[in-house]
This record gives sequence, structure tokens and C-alpha cells, in this order.
Amino acid sequence: MAKFKGSVVVDTERCKGCNLCVVACPSDVLELHPREVNNKGYHYVYMKNPDSCIGCASCGYVCPDGCLSIYKIKKD
Amino acid sequence: MEENEIIKSENLVYTKPRLMNDNPMHYCPGCSHGVIHKLIAEVVEELGLEEKTIGISPVGCAVFAYNYIDIDWIEAAHGRAPAIATAVKRLNPSKMVFTYQGDGDLAAIGTAETIHAANRGENIVIIFVNNAIYGMTGGQMAPTTLEGMPTSTCPYGRNIALNGYPLKISNLLAQLDGTCLVTRQSVQNAAAVKKAKKALKKAFENAMNGKGTSVVEFVSTCSSGWKMTPEKANKWMEENMFPFYPLGDLKNID
Repeated sequence: MAKFKGSVVVDTERCKGCNLCVVACPSDVLELHPREVNNKGYHYVYMKNPDSCIGCASCGYVCPDGCLSIYKIKKD
Repeated sequence: MEENEIIKSENLVYTKPRLMNDNPMHYCPGCSHGVIHKLIAEVVEELGLEEKTIGISPVGCAVFAYNYIDIDWIEAAHGRAPAIATAVKRLNPSKMVFTYQGDGDLAAIGTAETIHAANRGENIVIIFVNNAIYGMTGGQMAPTTLEGMPTSTCPYGRNIALNGYPLKISNLLAQLDGTCLVTRQSVQNAAAVKKAKKALKKAFENAMNGKGTSVVEFVSTCSSGWKMTPEKANKWMEENMFPFYPLGDLKNID
């Protein structure tokens, strides 16, 4: 069981749907939204499996547009 | 556990750097420029140089870099960024001056300026984004285009007999006595981003300590110019660019 629990907040209007964060995620948390788009017409990213997030911030590091904020807490 | 229990400012581990403003970036989805901009913003903030940094933006995709990072910028003519940076640094020796250039800007039209600025050992940082293509103008062949790599002006791949060999300009610059740090980095995954940030920080420190010219090359992707998805472009870069442009320090004088 993972010791940390994380959460990703997406700035959906900034997201361009490049898919790099989805590939970078080690625990398969993120996915591009299959139907919804933002004002620019991009399928933005969202947390498909929020429970698996460990807050490693790999998605944040590779995001070219800086639209991801990552939060992390220690599980007790 | 509830999501709103986690999403609190004290639990924040990563977010957009403070020096990056809210202007939406004009870069294509998945462009490496965005990550490199973030790294610059983070390093400038960590070194506390917000009020002291002057960036020289190039001609190329990064021409609008001044819209995205909240520091002082000057826009240079095509390829002339190292010449402008020389002037700025000599007139304001206490400032941190860096240029941000692509391969068409630095390795084609600006070769003379780059080599001579590095040879004079100007205390500036040259950030070189090498994506092996002219991205902004529609994906034409650049001096750094790999052998056999198709572009819009060589659709059957670069032919050595006709177009010559790809230019490893960082290796050239490493030969010069004026440079103190020449390193080649990439930003395709989290580990590479962290490593690149360390190199960039070292370069900025060198410039402030007056050690000479630092060159940080970023081997990067151009998914639109290469006609690939960002994900596939990263893979292509790892398979084709890294063997020819191996990552690591080419020169690092402490």
C-alpha cells in the first residue's frame, strides 16, 4: 500500500491535451477527457483513478504548459 | 480520504513557477519549450535573481518568450542574441544575462556571434534548444537535422552528399577556452527535467561568479514539425537524437 496520497488539480483552460502527463504517470491516474473539451477545443486531462495518485509530481515536471498543481499528504 | 482534505496550500508539492505569468503559451501542445521556460523561471526564482535577470529572446518559436516569464527581456535580431547579451552584460556587470536560442538561430544564422561570444568568454548563459528543425517557419531542414531525417525541404531525408553533415555546435563550443560549462540535457521525463534544472542552475551560478560562458543545450522535440504526437516525438528523440547528440557534460570546469 502506498504511503502517500496525492491529488492533481488541473488548470483546464491552460491544458492543451498533449498527453505527456498521462504517459509520465507511474500509477495510471490521469487520462484525457474522452468527451469534454475546454474553450480552445482541447481534450483536457483529468484524474481517472484519483485513489491511485501518490503525489510524485512526475506529471507536473513534464507538463509544458504548467497547468498541473500537485498536492501530497502522508497516510496514517 | 476526501480530495478537499488533500488540496490545501501546505500540501502543495509542485505547481507552475511564480515567475511564469498567466498568458496562455502559443507553443504547440507537447512542445519542449514550455518545460524549459518553467525551468528558467524556477532557477531564477531559487537563486533570487528576479530583479537582476535579463533574457535575450531569439527569432524562432521562442520569439515571444518575453510574454511568459516575468523578468526583463530584450528581443534580438535573428541569430544576434549573444552579441546583444555581450553588450548588456558589459554595461551591467551585476546583472544575470542569458540568451534563449533555437538551432536555426544559434547554429545557422548566428554561428559567428555564438562562437565569438563564447570565445571571448563573456559571462553569459547561452540556452540552446536543439530540435533539429526550423519549427516556426514550417519544419525546414536546419544545420542540426540528422542524416536521413525528413523535413519539408528534404522530404526524402537529409542527404549528406547534398546537404552536408549535421552540426554538433556544442562540441565545437566545448573546444573554446572561453567556455566553462558546456552540457547537453533533455526534458522528456521527470528525471531528465530534474537533471536539466541542476545543470541550468550551475550555468546561472557560473555567469554570476564571472567564470566564463556557459552553454546549456536542450535536445528537444518538435512534434508539429516532425509530424508526430508529442508522445511519439519523445520516443523518436530517444531513439534517434540521443545516439547522435549524447547527453551529459561536454565540459565542466569548477
